[in-house]
Amino acid sequence: MPEPRARERILARLRAAPREIPPRPEAEARPPAAPGPETAAALEAALTAMRAEVHRLPGGRWAAELRERLAGRGLSELLYFPGSPWAVELEEAWTPAAQDSPRLVAWEGAVEDFRGRLFSAAAGITAAAAAAADPGVLLLRPGPEEPRLLSLVPPVHVVLVPAERIYPTFEDALADGSFAPPLAANLVLVSGPSKTADIELTLAFGVHGPRELLVFILA
Amino acid sequence: MADSAFESRIEQALEDETLRRNFASALGAFAARRRSVFPDGRALERLRTQAAAIRDRALARLPELLEELESRLTANGIRVHWAETAAVGCRLVLEILEAHGVRRVVKGKSMVSEEMHLNAFLARHGIETVETDLGEFIIQLAGETPAHIIVPAVHKNRAQIARLFQEKIAGAPYTEEVTELNAIARRTLRERFREAGAGLSGVNFAVAETGTLCLVENEGNGRMCTGVPPLHIAVMGIEKVIERLEDLPPLLRLLTGSATGQRVTTYVNLISGPRRNADPDGPREVHLVLLDNGRSAVYADPELRATLRCIRCGCCLNHCPVYARIGGHAYGTTYPGPIGKVLTPQLLGIDRAGELPFASTLCGACEEVCPVRIPLAHLLRRLRAEAVRSPASRGDRRGSGRPDRLERLAWWAWGQAVQRPSIYRAILAGGRWLGGLLPPVGPLERWMRTHAEPRFSRRNLRRILRRQGIPDA
Ligand code: SF4
Repeated sequence: MPEPRARERILARLRAAPREIPPRPEAEARPPAAPGPETAAALEAALTAMRAEVHRLPGGRWAAELRERLAGRGLSELLYFPGSPWAVELEEAWTPAAQDSPRLVAWEGAVEDFRGRLFSAAAGITAAAAAAADPGVLLLRPGPEEPRLLSLVPPVHVVLVPAERIYPTFEDALADGSFAPPLAANLVLVSGPSKTADIELTLAFGVHGPRELLVFILA
Repeated sequence: MADSAFESRIEQALEDETLRRNFASALGAFAARRRSVFPDGRALERLRTQAAAIRDRALARLPELLEELESRLTANGIRVHWAETAAVGCRLVLEILEAHGVRRVVKGKSMVSEEMHLNAFLARHGIETVETDLGEFIIQLAGETPAHIIVPAVHKNRAQIARLFQEKIAGAPYTEEVTELNAIARRTLRERFREAGAGLSGVNFAVAETGTLCLVENEGNGRMCTGVPPLHIAVMGIEKVIERLEDLPPLLRLLTGSATGQRVTTYVNLISGPRRNADPDGPREVHLVLLDNGRSAVYADPELRATLRCIRCGCCLNHCPVYARIGGHAYGTTYPGPIGKVLTPQLLGIDRAGELPFASTLCGACEEVCPVRIPLAHLLRRLRAEAVRSPASRGDRRGSGRPDRLERLAWWAWGQAVQRPSIYRAILAGGRWLGGLLPPVGPLERWMRTHAEPRFSRRNLRRILRRQGIPDA
């Protein structure tokens, strides 16, 4: 492999160039802001503008309420990850199963053995680790408690957002523990359903990722 | 690149009315959206200043940041490779794919891979690469290259795309419904994502501090390419590194706002490693190929180095009167528009692409919108001067925009005339009375084909000033 020499040569060329190192640019002086009650409303407005559907759920019995809200939407099933911290609450709320609400289906094992099932799933549910009202994004943190593809492959993505983790801005959200090093192998900001405007700039949804993004803010 | 080829591509593009209509409507819409996403002009100027400073500092520390990036990525489990040329970059990608026995690859949008001509290289080695960004998918079906760095299929209208799908995709009906066309692409590509042995992607920013690759997109195909297959290979120009995580928010705001007038893209994908032990999914291996391909030579010149601040937003294309009329393909290069005219002669050499900087009106619109304040018009002028001085421009190069002998003679004569007031006045007087009779011959004939005939005023500015009591300068 020619790599080591390539590396040295590239770096040597860069080092040989005349350079003056300017100071780090100052960001606008603005005290970092913490989550507050207004931020949830602002997030809701921003996400709605991006064609996500936003609901509020009461903190206590959120899972039962979620099930009621999802009933009658014609969703056949809801894929969840049993290793997630709120899986038990979800399972309890879905017992016994009922006709009108989507069937709760557990992700099993590693993706290699589950890929076929995953690609045929109607909907998936995950949680957001944090969110930012400006510019209206949810922070997903896949890892051992949440598969990366659960929020991407099924055509409907249901996502739970804890209200106390909604920061006013993306800049503020960097103070969240999710961004403390070392970073998770994957972090994703999501602002709405998958979309494209590659044909005559006409907006269309669900081109590769979810067509619908259902956001549930947990008070 | 022959001059005549460039000229004839321009003429062809100008005669294609559908093409001009497709470009005009798209670019107008982009410009309007950008204005609406940045309603506060002063805030936008502050943001641009901040972003330019972030990129400037990152470039000033480029060798250190690349080393920091490499060591952080390595610690995170991402393997880093260095390539001095596009050919070596292609080779590296091929070697990784072959080591894993991969024959089928899904790919997200990446201008660097276009610069490397990676797809064609892999095809020659029996590896099938499927573009999955809808715009890239369309032009791959058509056997074309991107006409725009953000919206690759901007030159095609829905009827053209409908015909293409019907022809090239088995079982696809003819439909001009955009939602239907999207559904066809989704169906076709879903299978590819499932089967692919590897995903290829570009990188928008790489954060040295944390060892993170940042990819922005709207469709979700990028997340598919980097999340579904067991192997992910990213390719990136060495200039894309930034210092810290906190540099991301302002750059992202400017990138998406300048590119498509969005506040934020649907997805911002931050990749800091392959799947970790307990993770249920994600690629088992992640590789990054760092490509130089002429960038370190650009870097050597402190003035030209500003070119490397570019975040590839495409905004200068959207506001360029020349690009809007001739489209992306006429340039015949990977990067079209103002940034292409500045970058390409530096990457390929002034003798091979020296005529590009002349395909400009120097109106400065590009420079006015560039989110990282690259002095594009200034750099165009500098590259023009270099092109004129380069050995390749000697002799008659009619139509290249570079001065031929006659033009040099004319400039010499003008220089002589303006140094002698009596001759200068005589010429002015002559112009006043005989200017209307200019015969369309020689270089004037070429000029008058595309410009209105110059009209000389009968009134002399110096005399008007003197009459108004303003002393002669
Ligand atoms: S030169 Fe400036 S405006 Fe043009 S693509 Fe690069 S960053 Fe955008």
